[in-house]
Amino acid sequence: MSARAEAVGAQTRVRRVGRLEPAALAAVMSRDVVIFGRYWRATTFSSVVQPTIYLLAFGLGFGTLVKTIGNVKTIEYVATGTVATAVLFSSAFPGMFNTFVRWQFQRTYDAMLATPLDVEELITAEILWISLRAGVYGMAPLLVGFAFGLAPEWGMLLVPEIGFLTGFGFAAFGVLVAAIAKTIDNFNYITSAVLTPMFLVAGTFFPVSALPDGVREVALLNPLYHCVQLVRDASLGHLQLADLGHVAVLLAFALVMWRLAICQLGRRLID
Amino acid sequence: MFEDSDRSAGRAQGLGAAISLRGVVKRFGPIVAVDGLDLQVPSGVCFGLLGPNGAGKSTTMRMLTAQALADEGELSVLGYELPRESKQARMEMGVVPQLDNLDVELTCRQILTVFARLYRVPASERAAAVDAALELANLTPRADTIVRELSGGMRRRLLVARGLIHRPRLVLLDEPTVGLDPQVRQELWSLIDGLRAQGVTVLMSTHYIEEAERLADVVAVMSEGKIVAQGTPAELVRAYAGEQVIEVYGPPEQLAALGELAASKRWQSRRSGPALAIMRAEDLDGEAPEGVRRPANLEDAFVALTGEEIE
Repeated sequence: MSARAEAVGAQTRVRRVGRLEPAALAAVMSRDVVIFGRYWRATTFSSVVQPTIYLLAFGLGFGTLVKTIGNVKTIEYVATGTVATAVLFSSAFPGMFNTFVRWQFQRTYDAMLATPLDVEELITAEILWISLRAGVYGMAPLLVGFAFGLAPEWGMLLVPEIGFLTGFGFAAFGVLVAAIAKTIDNFNYITSAVLTPMFLVAGTFFPVSALPDGVREVALLNPLYHCVQLVRDASLGHLQLADLGHVAVLLAFALVMWRLAICQLGRRLID
Repeated sequence: MFEDSDRSAGRAQGLGAAISLRGVVKRFGPIVAVDGLDLQVPSGVCFGLLGPNGAGKSTTMRMLTAQALADEGELSVLGYELPRESKQARMEMGVVPQLDNLDVELTCRQILTVFARLYRVPASERAAAVDAALELANLTPRADTIVRELSGGMRRRLLVARGLIHRPRLVLLDEPTVGLDPQVRQELWSLIDGLRAQGVTVLMSTHYIEEAERLADVVAVMSEGKIVAQGTPAELVRAYAGEQVIEVYGPPEQLAALGELAASKRWQSRRSGPALAIMRAEDLDGEAPEGVRRPANLEDAFVALTGEEIE
């Protein structure tokens, strides 16, 4: 008995694992980093080029017609608005598509969940990675803006953080959509009926005050609106205490979407 | 003496059984995939779970990693109660799934490194663990090849290596050699044999009789969500098929007539391709028809137990 007990004793000194372990999050993200290493050009291109085109079209296009929008120079207004667009597209889409493909087609998540990783850690790590990228890509429109007369401002250093927070909520939203969608074609509904109006009714290229009553109120519920206000105020040196309200909305959005994503995808991953 | 302080809190006193399932039920809507399963897998053996497709083997495997949650019953793995302590159990468990779920875009080394991290292999030991796993799977020359460019056999070996990267003391193999050609099958069989020699407990589900017969110390026959018989291959054969079998070859009409005769005399028989096999031939002397005598094997016992014909 004692020899066997010693043998088992030696084996019981296995590390205890707890909830939401940084090691687990790092492991999942390390996989994302490797894959990113292979595809960074394509990913960066799509995340940067599209918002840049919007910026150039609206900025240069309207810039000749209109010198200021909402008390702010056109280039400043449009560049800061485009940051939110860049963040939205580089978080919601990967959230939806990457999740769906990895889970349904590749069954990659199944393989990983057989290790000491739980659904909460897996999803949180994927969302964290997407948010980090969204924060970085969110800076691209500002960099383009510099070439067109946008003045650099210390507050712009907050833009990656704001992008990260906003991206977290939208990445989680994307995961939630992937969890609920029956086929990958269903994403078209979300893209056209939710994301597209969302990025237009957020004060990105024109003020929401220009919109009719009712629609204006809806804008306040749009997390992207709050992102835009924050980015604009930070980038133009207009930050005030009231901006904490915007942060609060983004934080609430991120938390709610995070838990919903885990709950819904968890239900699909675990029988 | 045994130090309780060394043991992690809350572990059951199951020193003997690596896996213990009692009265486990799992339903998917109207389908009952696992129907009152009682299974005890002792430590250090290679345990074969033999059953036809649809018997509930894969569902059972998923419940052992808590990727499926049982509707009823008690489960414990390596002394850890499932699903509550499943994460801790998975630290010491390796899984080789039936379906290929490898990242096609990554190289062997990259995949093994990610999984070494997931299994919390300490950073200082990771590179060595990856190299050892590549060696074990005979994939060292292909370490930096991406999975998409590997052959089916290599991918299966990588799947095995991935489940063993952290040197677990329990390995679950779900249909390990399905769809593989004989050469790769033999390689995998030696690998599994090697694990057994190291004292690793292996639970292997399969529908290949030969695989169960060759590798397993103990075989449990699973049918329609329950275990219908368990023992060493030899015990199962003796209990359910006797010692000798007579195979009678002939045209279908003759075999059909013989089959009716066997039924009327309450002989245990089954059709096996172009022959009719009559079990327990040693008890039939005198009345036995003309045919080829051969030793009874696990396939005979399996068919007797499950009523399923082999593909």
